[in-house]
Amino acid sequence: MIARTGTLIARLWSGWGTLAGVFMIIALWQLGYEAFGPLVLPDPLASFLQLLALFQHSQGLDYIAVTARRAMTGFALASLLGACFGLLAGWSNTLAILCRPFLTVMLGVPPIAWIVLALLWFGGSDGTPVFTVFISTVPLVFAGALQGIRMRDATLDEMADSFQIPWWEKVWHVQIPQVISYLFPAWATALGLSWKVVVMAELLSSSEGIGAGLAEARVNIDTITTMSWIVAVVGLLLLLEGLFLNPVKEHVEGWRNDV
Amino acid sequence: MMFDPQRLPPEKQEEHQQQRQEQEKVTVPQSPILKVKVTDHRYHPLQQVLDECALDIGKGEIVSLIGPSGCGKSTFLKIAAGLLEPSDGKVRSKADESAVLFQEHRLLPWKSLRDNMSFGFKGRALSEAEKNRRLDKAAKIMGFVSDDMEKYPSELSGGMRQRAALARALVIEPDMLFLDEPFSALDIGRRREMYRLLLGEVRQRHCTVLMVTHDVFEALSLSDRVIVMAPDPGCFLKQINVRIPLDQRTRHLVADLEAELLADQQVADLFKMQNWDQVL
Repeated sequence: MIARTGTLIARLWSGWGTLAGVFMIIALWQLGYEAFGPLVLPDPLASFLQLLALFQHSQGLDYIAVTARRAMTGFALASLLGACFGLLAGWSNTLAILCRPFLTVMLGVPPIAWIVLALLWFGGSDGTPVFTVFISTVPLVFAGALQGIRMRDATLDEMADSFQIPWWEKVWHVQIPQVISYLFPAWATALGLSWKVVVMAELLSSSEGIGAGLAEARVNIDTITTMSWIVAVVGLLLLLEGLFLNPVKEHVEGWRNDV
Repeated sequence: MMFDPQRLPPEKQEEHQQQRQEQEKVTVPQSPILKVKVTDHRYHPLQQVLDECALDIGKGEIVSLIGPSGCGKSTFLKIAAGLLEPSDGKVRSKADESAVLFQEHRLLPWKSLRDNMSFGFKGRALSEAEKNRRLDKAAKIMGFVSDDMEKYPSELSGGMRQRAALARALVIEPDMLFLDEPFSALDIGRRREMYRLLLGEVRQRHCTVLMVTHDVFEALSLSDRVIVMAPDPGCFLKQINVRIPLDQRTRHLVADLEAELLADQQVADLFKMQNWDQVL
């Protein structure tokens, strides 16, 4: 109990480091504003106030919700399908070889090209950003799962076989925990990427969402609103990482200490 | 001092000869619980690991395979345990439950000791009460307190991990046990403790054991029958029945047996043991 409270305090305390970094960035931003003028970099204070105004305006929250929904849908699909196919490919050599060209194609085509294709296929609907997020993150997750299942400890498989336990129990209790430690970094990277890609896709294809807000700001040459949207995206990503990804990661990696 | 039958007085020599013949007359079990017949095994088409090896084990028998490193004894054990399909040969087992104890503990690092010990219950239809009864009993035998049961393998000592692996194998109450050098990483005190725990369980439940070791002394002190394997390709060189009852075996008697076994030129060559009573 004492140890647990200790780690909690330690984690909160380490938050000061992150906070110091964030303030450093804002300070540099302020310097840039003072040096180059508001057209290049807007006043940070004005941007934060604008962000607040966007939030008070219900449209701002709506845009963020729409973007989050699209990013999460694409990310969830990619996580699920990528992990499943990665596992299958990891178990079968033939499948792994067959999958390789697909992987190269998916990684090789730039996301912007996918957006054009998606626009042709799905038009201005949710489908475009969701598909773009999916297609640009799925190779990461796939490769993580494939790597995880390939690098698993064969002696533990043999141990499970010696108890003649059913195959699904072996997969769940012996293999999946090993794959998770490879999948996790892949998921974290994919999550970050999906935020970036969804904004890009929205900018080009959608009339709502953070990307659409950015497009609108560009048309109006409104640097303040542009920066406030950027702050919103980065802030959400930081929150997601600090409150969700890192705790889960620590939990998953807890057993790996020294065995 | 080296055992040399030539140095015994004549009447003793005769007695010894008789004893020896008796020991070499290998008894073949009547209705074996395990029949292994390997005619050929290779991992690589050009490299033969096992030549013809046939082994029948009777119920309740403890059989050891000894041999130098790389002679295929672990491969033979894996084939016998059904973990490996022989290139040519077959295995017939009448055991209801079998368990394997490996050289490394092979506990799952992400599971607590209790969950590790109950790993073998998966896919077996047992009531919760029965599972708990067996777990509690095994924990008591192995000397685990309830605090230990919630610990992860990384928090346990080396000896505890190996005992946990033994407990995991014993809770499914096997009537056939395969041991692949499970004690070789332990110090002599812990090793003796493991022998006691293991033999206690084995005798109580009339369990059959096939064990692989490279320690001749260990093989002779624990088994009813010892099989010496030779490498390139792996085959059985010699079988010895140890006729001294388990509880009457002393360090001294077993050392004599060891000396006698190593007096055989073939066996001595196998282990590269010239002048073996010399330490170096």
